[in-house]
Amino acid sequence: MRLQIDKLPAPLWMRSLIPVVSVVVTFLLTSGFVLAVGANPVEAAYYFLLDPLSNPVRLIEVLVKATPLLMTGAAVAFAFAGGYWNIGVEGQLYMGATAATAIGLQMHDFPAWVALPLMVVAGFLAGMAWAVLPAFMKVRLKIDEVVTTLLLNYVAIYLVGAILNGPWRDPISQWPQSPEIAASAIFPRLIPRSRLHLGFILALVIIVVLWFVLSRTSFGLKMRAVGFNLDAAYFSGIHVNRVIMTVALISGGIGGLAGASEVAGIHFHLIDAISPGYGYTGIIIATLGSLNALGVAAAALFIGLIDTGSQTVSRALGVPAYLGDVLQATLLLVTLAMLLLQRYRISLRRKGSPQTE
Amino acid sequence: MHGISKHFGLVLANDQVDFTLRKGEIHALLGENGAGKTTLMRILYGLYQADEGEIKVQDQPVVISSPKDAIRHGIGMVSQHFALAAPLTVTENIILGTTSGLNLNMEHAERSVREASTHYGIQIDPVATIRDLSVGQRQRVEILKALYRDATVLVLDEPTAVLTPQEVEQLFISLVGLKEQGFSVVFISHKLHEVMAITDHVTVLRLGRVVGEVPTKDTSPNELARMMVGRSTFGVTNKPEDNGPHQEGLVLDRVTALDNKGLPALREVSLIVRAGEILGLAGVSGNGQTELAEVLAGTRPVTHGRVKVFEQDVTDFDAQAMMAAGVGRIPEDSRANIIGQMTVAQNMVIERLDQFSSRGYLDRRAIRRYAQELIKEYQIKAFPEDHMRTLSGGNLQKVVLARVLAQKPRVLMVAQPTRGLDVAATEYVRSKLLEQRSEGAAILLISEDLDEIMQLSDTIAVIYEGSIMAVMPASDATPEGLGLLMAGVQQT
Repeated sequence: MRLQIDKLPAPLWMRSLIPVVSVVVTFLLTSGFVLAVGANPVEAAYYFLLDPLSNPVRLIEVLVKATPLLMTGAAVAFAFAGGYWNIGVEGQLYMGATAATAIGLQMHDFPAWVALPLMVVAGFLAGMAWAVLPAFMKVRLKIDEVVTTLLLNYVAIYLVGAILNGPWRDPISQWPQSPEIAASAIFPRLIPRSRLHLGFILALVIIVVLWFVLSRTSFGLKMRAVGFNLDAAYFSGIHVNRVIMTVALISGGIGGLAGASEVAGIHFHLIDAISPGYGYTGIIIATLGSLNALGVAAAALFIGLIDTGSQTVSRALGVPAYLGDVLQATLLLVTLAMLLLQRYRISLRRKGSPQTE
Repeated sequence: MHGISKHFGLVLANDQVDFTLRKGEIHALLGENGAGKTTLMRILYGLYQADEGEIKVQDQPVVISSPKDAIRHGIGMVSQHFALAAPLTVTENIILGTTSGLNLNMEHAERSVREASTHYGIQIDPVATIRDLSVGQRQRVEILKALYRDATVLVLDEPTAVLTPQEVEQLFISLVGLKEQGFSVVFISHKLHEVMAITDHVTVLRLGRVVGEVPTKDTSPNELARMMVGRSTFGVTNKPEDNGPHQEGLVLDRVTALDNKGLPALREVSLIVRAGEILGLAGVSGNGQTELAEVLAGTRPVTHGRVKVFEQDVTDFDAQAMMAAGVGRIPEDSRANIIGQMTVAQNMVIERLDQFSSRGYLDRRAIRRYAQELIKEYQIKAFPEDHMRTLSGGNLQKVVLARVLAQKPRVLMVAQPTRGLDVAATEYVRSKLLEQRSEGAAILLISEDLDEIMQLSDTIAVIYEGSIMAVMPASDATPEGLGLLMAGVQQT
């Protein structure tokens, strides 16, 4: 007998085992840490993964956490599928949040049916505007967008810091946070007395649109062609630059929308920590979800789950908060490693046995 | 080598292959692409492990589990893709990996490389930098590298594929010289006339099995071809048809263009291809053919000159406009110009999505139906949903051919259409080109394969360093004459 590894997609039943195996491996890897801080590893695993699902309040919290991740994941996946490496979703999110706040502050005399669409449009346009410069430099000057979009993230974050410490500093508390947006500009709750807001619906719409565009439209086919093989796309007569520009701007817009949704749905004012790295997590989600809409949705919900779980673990077991981060990071790394396995087919074969297939 | 078998996944690449190489002979390993020639030799050189069988060197069974073992047993291999470090000199490349200790005496190394070069009769300048050498010279470095490591058996994997006829001659002189010194050479090829010219024995492989081993002097090209493919082949040749003077289909008028580095690649190229004619453009690769193909594909701008298609000026048209003007484009590297991660059906329609979508929404049923039609008409062994990269070279080229010919192009630009294809696929592609020609298309055939040019063309032109060296009726062309022109020698 010997082990045979072929480069073929793994069978479906094997692929569906990947999450389960990932959890088991993570459990084995992290048990030592959990024991070291004096907690029970089995209990930790329960609070980490099952508790958030067992209780409707926590389950809703998973969806709340997943809302911005669905959007940033979609933004990144859309860009990457078109071969545009937008690392700047974080910055686009900050710009979207800023523009939405600017609108929200002016909406005191307007009804919600005016305010809400304006918030959404402002967030989208601001994210788009922040994506223009790197996209233009990529198309016209061939400057690598990975560098430019990444650097603009810092510009965006510091710009928000400057605004919050200057013109928008809260007049009452003197904290570096903007005044609260108008009530009409706040996203309505989907479930009373929860934090689940309109942004979650927006996020689902974005996922559906992403799926539709990528798999059902001629633009989707063209942008994927550009993403897979730029030269071949150009040879086929696709206007490559136009496609890249469009992809970059729409990706930036979705990123901006995530920012608007966080302001209008969660915080109600602009703060400089509006995103704990949602834009970067979006990259992980897009990759885990292999750049397709359903995958992105699954990955965003998964990360929403372990995000919630890592908080629950430390609270319920009275262990340091960093332990939750350790579990979360380990699980992510193991899952990424496991995803590699789905590209191979592993089988046991008797030496010299005839090929039966 | 005795009873060698090797699987790749479900494919049986070598099936109970016996191969015996005698001392002091040149032994041809002949077969179509995918017949298992390279696999067998890679097993010999330790790059693959056989699933079954044994290898003996001078009657001693040996285990070869890496190229290092192979070298120790005196086996050297020169593959199709050279393993040379371009920024280093010939000497540095040759001694790479043979030195020990920290102290490197470059002068001594140079001297020994020079000695080896004269001893084996392989002329090469030890201090030249690889980057500055021609393909033929690089190949000589590879051969010398193997000999320098005390190889007594040399495996050459399709050594002539990249050479000009003159370089081939040079190589053959070197190989015969080595044979006389007692070296053994395995010569992998699918070119029959070369096999006939220099080998002593021929082993023919087909579908991973040995079809036969014969002394070269007792066989004929026809017999070998029959063994290779199981039937006589290359029935596809151009039969001149005289339909009187034809309209000018494609006209290039003093076309000048730059390459990717901004250096001149085409210098005042003027050609006229008439409707119902195949103009074969011969030349060694890298003399501007790639750029010319791109100009006609609509992906490279010209700096001077005009391009006309049936009177219409199409200079600097983009890809879509070129296609709209009736230009069919079969690019030189099909694998690079299709999208491997997308399906066969998607690749078939990617050039004209407007016809398969309404207001941006893809008509997936129409795409599938269209793909099924083309697959049937062009006998492509694939399903519409198959990913393009899983196709064999022949089927892939058929997809590209189908995509283009379904448009009924008036002008056809075809670059290296049969490179890397097996005999059956080659025949198919060539017959399709001739069919287009009879239907009145003006065809520009760019090829490095002289046989192909001579078999298919009505008119032959030769390109060298971006200039057209000569244009002549095919009936006036000889391989020797074309070879000289391809090497830049202007005849008087």
